[in-house]
Amino acid sequence: MNKQATVFAAFRAAFPITVPILAGFMFLGIAYGVFMNLSGFGAGWAFFMSLLIFAGSMEFVAVSLLLGAFNPLGALLLTLMVNARHLFYGLSMLEKYKGTGWKKPYLIFGMCDESFSLNQSATIPREVDRGWFMFFVTLLNHVYWVAGATIGGLLGSFVHFDLEGLEFVMTALFVVIFIEQWMKEKVHDSAMIGIGVSVVCLIVFGADRFIIPAMLVILAILTLARKKLERETIAAEKGEPL
Amino acid sequence: MMSVSQQIWIIAIVVLATMATRFLPFLIFPPGRPTPKYIQYLGKVLPAATIGLLVIYSLKNINLMSGAHGIPELISVAVVAGLHVWKKNMFLSIAVGTILYMVLIRL
Repeated sequence: MNKQATVFAAFRAAFPITVPILAGFMFLGIAYGVFMNLSGFGAGWAFFMSLLIFAGSMEFVAVSLLLGAFNPLGALLLTLMVNARHLFYGLSMLEKYKGTGWKKPYLIFGMCDESFSLNQSATIPREVDRGWFMFFVTLLNHVYWVAGATIGGLLGSFVHFDLEGLEFVMTALFVVIFIEQWMKEKVHDSAMIGIGVSVVCLIVFGADRFIIPAMLVILAILTLARKKLERETIAAEKGEPL
Repeated sequence: MMSVSQQIWIIAIVVLATMATRFLPFLIFPPGRPTPKYIQYLGKVLPAATIGLLVIYSLKNINLMSGAHGIPELISVAVVAGLHVWKKNMFLSIAVGTILYMVLIRL
């Protein structure tokens, strides 16, 4: 295959799996742009912030930072806290992003929740170039988000569609990826630890503070259970009974 | 109210801190050097737990005590999961689940 054909084949394989994100990001992006506009920031701000930050929930938080008193240290700590989950994404993608050349910095830059979960779980056809595939997944998500935010910023307070609930498309996507992962794996300990610990931490610490405690507890349990989990995984790969 | 240059500073800090959380693991464990066995192990087991965390994260704002008590969310999640186990069609599961959710919150 020549280069153009390789690139096009990767685009054709990547686009379909990003369609749910197209729906979700257009909706959330427009909501974000409108919110920015109503907060006194025009489409230009929405465009640059969605382009450069590309982390949905953090961008909503950033608007409140911009409207408050000037507090750089507070902004730094809050951002690190809200986005700490990306550390787990990075550790999970060390192998998958290897060998992707000049695309690697962009893949890491664009590793939002949705790009991570799609690239992490996608079964890429053998004839399709992995690097280009993951590049297009990330780029398309990025384009949807920036387009949505900019349109929202331009429309401002003129939009009045009742699309409440469309944001559930993201939850549905994560549930689907969770189920796919579950069906692919023979050992379910880690998946159950992830759900169980997160629920308990959410109840104990509340919606705004549970992520970091949940990450630490997940890390601790996975570390303590390493011997057992490694043994089980190897046994499962060989097809032996546990 | 902040000046525009102060606002740009805040955005720059948010961008840099976000990038730090994304780039850090790749900078600490570059491809040239062998990755420690423990980190390789985490790279294998973390994805499943992380997707679980992400599912709960996307549901974090449901309130079980008031409003609809999270019933639309629970029903829709169950339908998405059930439908996906049954039909294994990503679009179908996501579309049916989302439309169902949009209907349920309007009842």
